[in-house]
Amino acid sequence: MAISEINRAGSSSEAEKNPWNSNEMMTIAAARTLRDGMICFVGIGIPSTAAILAKATHAPNLFLIYESGTVNTNPQKLPLSIGDGELANQALSVVGMPEIFNYWLQPGRIDMGFLGAAQIDRFSNINTTFIGESYENPKVRLPGAGGATEIAGACKDVIIIIKQTTRTFVPKIDFITSLGFGDGPGSRERNGLIGNGPKYVITDLGILEPEATSKELVLTALHPGVSVEQVIANTGWDLKVAKDLKESAAPTTEELERVRALVATSSRKKS
Amino acid sequence: MSKFASLEEAISANVNDGDTIALEGFTHLIPMAAGHEIIRQRKRELTAVRLTPDLIYDQLIGAGCVKKLIFSWGGNPGVGSLHRFRDAYQNGWPRKITIEEHTHAGLTNRYVAGASGMPFAVLRGYFGSDLVDKTENIATIDSPFDDQKILAVAAINPDVTIIHAQQADRQGNVMAWGITGSSKEAVFAAKRVVVTVEEQVESFTPKFNSIIIPEALISNIAVVPKGAWPSYASGYYERDNDAYIAWDEVAKERESFTKWLDQEIYAKSSDAYQGSEA
Repeated sequence: MAISEINRAGSSSEAEKNPWNSNEMMTIAAARTLRDGMICFVGIGIPSTAAILAKATHAPNLFLIYESGTVNTNPQKLPLSIGDGELANQALSVVGMPEIFNYWLQPGRIDMGFLGAAQIDRFSNINTTFIGESYENPKVRLPGAGGATEIAGACKDVIIIIKQTTRTFVPKIDFITSLGFGDGPGSRERNGLIGNGPKYVITDLGILEPEATSKELVLTALHPGVSVEQVIANTGWDLKVAKDLKESAAPTTEELERVRALVATSSRKKS
Repeated sequence: MSKFASLEEAISANVNDGDTIALEGFTHLIPMAAGHEIIRQRKRELTAVRLTPDLIYDQLIGAGCVKKLIFSWGGNPGVGSLHRFRDAYQNGWPRKITIEEHTHAGLTNRYVAGASGMPFAVLRGYFGSDLVDKTENIATIDSPFDDQKILAVAAINPDVTIIHAQQADRQGNVMAWGITGSSKEAVFAAKRVVVTVEEQVESFTPKFNSIIIPEALISNIAVVPKGAWPSYASGYYERDNDAYIAWDEVAKERESFTKWLDQEIYAKSSDAYQGSEA
């Protein structure tokens, strides 16, 4: 983590004692959105850190499912891949993937799904497939859908975690891998999707939420030390800002210590 | 007749040029040694099916074995890109490959349909995604019972499915435990099945979260200790994360990959995988 990314919030004494970096703030903000007892569909990286943090703090009864088949798992260290042995060893049960996708996800049993993306648009549609002009001849080929398309479709709510820059927050994404709100109200219904769609987009700068009627993303909270201008400058469209814009609470010492301890359990550095 | 065979015999007897192959195992129990043997036997024109191509198909693609890849998530898990896959897809090296891209739910259900002997399986999936316009073997249909739109995915029936498991018993039944992904469905969907195992045991001790593949479903079994390395085999060894990171460097350039191919595959014999990577 470069020094320039260390975020020092001048107003908070907690922050002065414990300067945090933007990944930590993003992780902690995501963890705080989870409620005890929720059934969560989790992926590798920040979603795992956030879910494990929430389970260790305010939501001990979070029910975590990973697409690899681990049901109600309770990892004590950060899984390095989706099939990490820690996820299987700490699980209530390990099942095959048809059970995960057809019986858990598809009927709407999952309360909250986590997604990341390379690109997002104002209606929270996301791209994890390719960057460039065409599918056949991409500039950068990305891994693709994995579980994301159906997670975006069927979870009751979805959290998208993504760093905010004009390269990621773009007016038009190069490929819709997973549908957010399509081209606006009614799009999800027309496409037969049963979930509510993205509820929060959590970035390194703040939190965005879809506006109730237009479904367009609105900036609803700034992380400490971040300005509205900074967020606007890192968004590739005319970003709407909520009238009652909030500020995320600074990470507490406990949150920071737990996040750092978790990250330290991974044997390699995550980029 | 015993189905136990050497790895060389098992691959030679069951994998032919032009076959559709599925080497399954979701991050865990990836049949890496079997993949190496396919490369060593210079099989060509394969259609390679797998949810997560992982290192194993990056190697097969880079070695020129594959003409078409059917997949749903193409990355190096926890590390980054599959450079050999990208080089083949974008630049045609060492040969042009085509792709058929799915979601995990979709490709899993293609196996389910194949395993069930049905022409297709149904799901609520792909909807709203641009994949709908790009991907063969999916179609939107009307539910015959209500007014819902349903997505159908065509069955896939590999000529051969290859999996790695922990144990075979004396009769040739196989037991795998821990994360098994879509392996069971890929086995039932296949015309022929090859299993590599960590060890042969006299009889099984029941394990939590295990599946059994009865001998009747299996064509050949090869005992290949550490045959899933650098992925892992629960109860035997851990995932070698350093090897996944190291692969990024090996695969990045054609030259380093070619050198790896010569040294690690072609210069080694079929049974060299056994215990060699401890």
